[in-house]
Amino acid sequence: MSYPLNPKLFDGDVEREPIRAGFGRGLKAAGEANEQIVALCADLTDSTQMSLFKEAFPERFIEIGVAEQNLVTTASGLARAGKIPFTSSYAAFSPGRNWEQIRTTIALNDQPVKVIGSHAGVSVGPDGATHQMLEDIAIMRVLPNMIVIAPGDSLEAEKATKALAENGKPTYLRLAREKTPIFSTADAPFEIGKAYVLREGSDVSLLGTGTMTYQLLKAAELLAQDGINAEVVHVPTVKPLDHETILGSVAKTGLVVTAEEAQAAGGFGSAVAEFLSGVMPVPIERIGMKDRFGESGEPDELIAHFSLTGETMLGTIKNFLQAHPRQR
Amino acid sequence: MGRTNLTIPQLEQKANDIRKDIIEMLVEAKSGHSAGPLGLADIFTALYFNILNIRPEEPEWKDRDIFFLSNGHTVPVQYAAMAEAGYFDKEELKTLRKFGSRLQGHPERTRLPGLESTSGPLGSGLSQASGYAYALQYIEKITHRFVYVVMGDGEIDEGNVWEAAMFAGKNKLSQLIAIIDRNNIQIDGSTETVMPLEDLKGKWEAFGWHVLEIDGNNIQSVIDAASEGRAISNRPTMIIAHTIPGKGVDFMEYDYKWHGTPPNTEQGKEALEKLRTLDGQISHEVQ
Repeated sequence: MSYPLNPKLFDGDVEREPIRAGFGRGLKAAGEANEQIVALCADLTDSTQMSLFKEAFPERFIEIGVAEQNLVTTASGLARAGKIPFTSSYAAFSPGRNWEQIRTTIALNDQPVKVIGSHAGVSVGPDGATHQMLEDIAIMRVLPNMIVIAPGDSLEAEKATKALAENGKPTYLRLAREKTPIFSTADAPFEIGKAYVLREGSDVSLLGTGTMTYQLLKAAELLAQDGINAEVVHVPTVKPLDHETILGSVAKTGLVVTAEEAQAAGGFGSAVAEFLSGVMPVPIERIGMKDRFGESGEPDELIAHFSLTGETMLGTIKNFLQAHPRQR
Repeated sequence: MGRTNLTIPQLEQKANDIRKDIIEMLVEAKSGHSAGPLGLADIFTALYFNILNIRPEEPEWKDRDIFFLSNGHTVPVQYAAMAEAGYFDKEELKTLRKFGSRLQGHPERTRLPGLESTSGPLGSGLSQASGYAYALQYIEKITHRFVYVVMGDGEIDEGNVWEAAMFAGKNKLSQLIAIIDRNNIQIDGSTETVMPLEDLKGKWEAFGWHVLEIDGNNIQSVIDAASEGRAISNRPTMIIAHTIPGKGVDFMEYDYKWHGTPPNTEQGKEALEKLRTLDGQISHEVQ
């Protein structure tokens, strides 16, 4: 059964929506389905789209103020009282500032608190490097007990939010600020821990998480014009990785390119490399931020500058394929 | 009337038993903190044998009061109080800090029934207690349960504490009762040298708390303060409990060097002798 992609995927007028908007809808729906769900925010209720939940369930919404350490530790206490707390702030602050509290009172303490990090990646834009969180995947995926999810578009964010409301585990959900093209459809599947083959191919496996999956789909179209048949795999759950789907793809292609709007070190690409190095060592090119911070600029301008669009990452992919001709 | 019907002299004897447990545990473990747990023995006796509405044989009892230990390094006193209260056999106390033990060096909820959280890194207990108290007061609207938390004074250096202080004050969490172990020591020396805390009472009052200052080594005072805290219906309560670090073992008392050090076998013997000489006469101490 093939993944139902948005038929307008490559059109200029493809629907776009901030991924965080899907989170807002998903949280409200989850709140309707389960009255144990509570929401806590650190003075960014509209920005992180928690406002929908706040309007619907004011008695289950808790304003914390600009206090990210208190945000997650109060949530831990609420979880002990039987609640399912969703906490939101910008990713740079939560989990950026309060990582130890998350480690001790949520991960080690094994409480089903949901850490929602909005405004991740350089596509945050004009706010600049301080607010463009790039290290969150790395610092969250190394925590035992922690689930890490980076949805690819707003529709998937909505499904992911509903799913993590019921997974009973500490979970990190990574959201982007900007309007992001919608590549999936309402019927597209989402399950925590599952990766999805969006496009079949035999020459190289392009593995993407979060906003980068759309860019990889575009890159695959462009590679096809050069006769390169790329497979695109969307990996919204960074932890636990879907070993079976990734291995199935890599067994076919023998070459891997990963892409994430985050530091290339320690993040999604590293997780893939760690896994494959033990079972099927193949050359891997990790696309992401190369040991540097972002800067101010328009979102589209920035992702192009840092070679994170389908067009601008093409050179990297082609060079990689040329360097490893034997595998093709 | 508290959870047990032990009289004050009987509770004082219980506190002395807990102190002996602590010394034996630390000697056996060969690492751990001495001063804090000894200083807290009276507060934990008051909590586990009078104040807390709990069922040791049913740790997850749904109507129980909740107790969070914020300064997790003092957990030997909690383990000893729990064992004395019947959560587990006293024999298990000797496994403290050993491989495979449920009694980890710092408390872990997932390992030992009866612990409400996991702590060690300082400054996060008050927030968790606030979260629980918020759930009771505003979401569940249950008024007969209370949330208690014990904090160290050194850990008040942490910003997280003041974030929680604001949150609890704003929300008038009246079912939240916090106790600061005001023993004036931390690892690098006196709290007032390392990072002055005074005017501590004034600070908490400014954050909207009902504040009491008591002798934390006087069990009756602790019980009375908790009662007053439960009766206050429009604010959270902070009990600043002045304690003597190392209380009961004279060569440890007031000496910050015993903050993070266990007694060796010889010192342990000496400490136990000091504590035994207190048996039967502690209640005569002038408070």
